[in-house]
Amino acid sequence: MVLPVWWRKRIPRYRFVGALCKDCGRIHYPPRNACPYCGSRNLELVPLPRRGVLESYSIVYSVPGDNRLNAPLPIGLIRLENGVRVVAELTDVVPEKLENGIEVEAVIRRIGEDGETGTILYGVKFRPALGRK
Amino acid sequence: MGRRVAIVGTGHSKFGVRNDVNIPELAYEAIRQALDEAGIEKKDIDLVVTGYVGGWSSEGLAPVVVMEYAGLTGKPAYRIEAACATGSAAIKTAHDAVAAGEADIALVVGVEKMNESPTPTVVEFIGRAGNYFWEFENFGLTFPGYYALYATAYMQKYGATEEDLCKVAVKNHYYASFNPKAQFPRQITLEQCLKSRYIAWPLKLFDCSPITDGAAAVVLASEEIAEKLTDSPVWIEAIGVSSGTSNLSRRPYFTNLPAAKIAAQAAYKKAGIDPENPVKYLDLAEVHDCFTIAEIMAYEDLGFAKPGEGYKLIREEQTYIGGVIPVNLSGGLKAKGHPLAATGISMAVDLTRQLQGRVEKGRQAEIKHGRALAHNIGGTGHYAYVTIYSLSKPRSA
Ligand SMILES: [Zn+2]
Repeated sequence: MVLPVWWRKRIPRYRFVGALCKDCGRIHYPPRNACPYCGSRNLELVPLPRRGVLESYSIVYSVPGDNRLNAPLPIGLIRLENGVRVVAELTDVVPEKLENGIEVEAVIRRIGEDGETGTILYGVKFRPALGRK
Repeated sequence: MGRRVAIVGTGHSKFGVRNDVNIPELAYEAIRQALDEAGIEKKDIDLVVTGYVGGWSSEGLAPVVVMEYAGLTGKPAYRIEAACATGSAAIKTAHDAVAAGEADIALVVGVEKMNESPTPTVVEFIGRAGNYFWEFENFGLTFPGYYALYATAYMQKYGATEEDLCKVAVKNHYYASFNPKAQFPRQITLEQCLKSRYIAWPLKLFDCSPITDGAAAVVLASEEIAEKLTDSPVWIEAIGVSSGTSNLSRRPYFTNLPAAKIAAQAAYKKAGIDPENPVKYLDLAEVHDCFTIAEIMAYEDLGFAKPGEGYKLIREEQTYIGGVIPVNLSGGLKAKGHPLAATGISMAVDLTRQLQGRVEKGRQAEIKHGRALAHNIGGTGHYAYVTIYSLSKPRSA
């Protein structure tokens, strides 16, 4: 990847943030500079709730590229406490114990390496929430 | 409003691993057949629309090499792309040109050689058919992975099982066994499917459509020309089109495809089909079964079953010939194969031949209403095309 791309992605990659539209109040994830609903460009980055509920999931066995060493890969579709939805990798899970509706929480984890430079990449994953009911 | 448009010729290559031919040779197999069926010569063609997704094969400008090989250089030409719905988008574009009077006869061809890249490259390429950074680069969510999220959500909400999914594969392989153009013209057992390895749980190898080389072509003509060329034109009665969000996470629900519902409603409205009971107007349908769960969701999005009851249609074998509505009598994407840009055109070819009563024994539907439906999805619901083909001339153009 080229340097400007790294630079542009540093915030969304390392912070778990969405974009709040200050005109209509909607929160967008992934974050964006304009609101597709009201057309406003008056948006600001806001932290997203770390907890949510698993709405669906899969265990991906055929994984392409550098990620294939991490297969099988549990993937979740998560609805956060404020209603925002996120697709993310799951971690610290026993696949047989996964089910829709369980509580999960966001954590920062190693997500891989850049193939060319060997730089270790970190990003947000979700794990079953600690201390959940 | 414009002119009425009909299909007057169809062509279809053998689908499969076609290392024996290059892209123009493969495309020409379908083009030659379509021109012969239409009884026209190359000079009669006013417009050539080529569907091609590409990326996995060496040709960057497929229309140019295909047209030179076919002796069509000089005709107005362009390439159309709408992911896995490319074929239907190409038909729509050519249809609109003929309806508008810009062309009297248009050739539509879709071609893909997906086996020219190693499988991981194809998986990676298709995986990008979403929101690249957010859902692919970050953690490698694959295309089967996206549909697996739909499958898990659907199964847990409505109680469908992995066996129900496999029943779709069994049906589509059964009908492919009568279709010599299919990539896998052979039957499979429920057990074979259930025992196949997981690609993205709960989807197994036999729940997934294969990587396919293939081409399909149709000749479209205006009403006046069509009626001169043939006494059994198949009319394009209605085309409904819609689109969906790039991020899966921005979709309102995960048990159906919103874009497919919108496209179906638009097509039904134009064709005068009651959206509450479309099966009463249709003899058969080809639906986009890139994964078995996609066929079950299609039953519901098209109104063949109520929401949450699609899996019962396959469980009760209502989508076989003799059931409520026969679906994917060509073998579907699952067993006929899925060369992306050729798929929507292949649906048009097969439904035309079905309506004219000339497909192979064993997979010919009973034609009572003279209407058939094609449901072609791009990406994971990023594009949706629903097209109604009819033996009777549409009331309006
Ligand atoms: Zn807004």
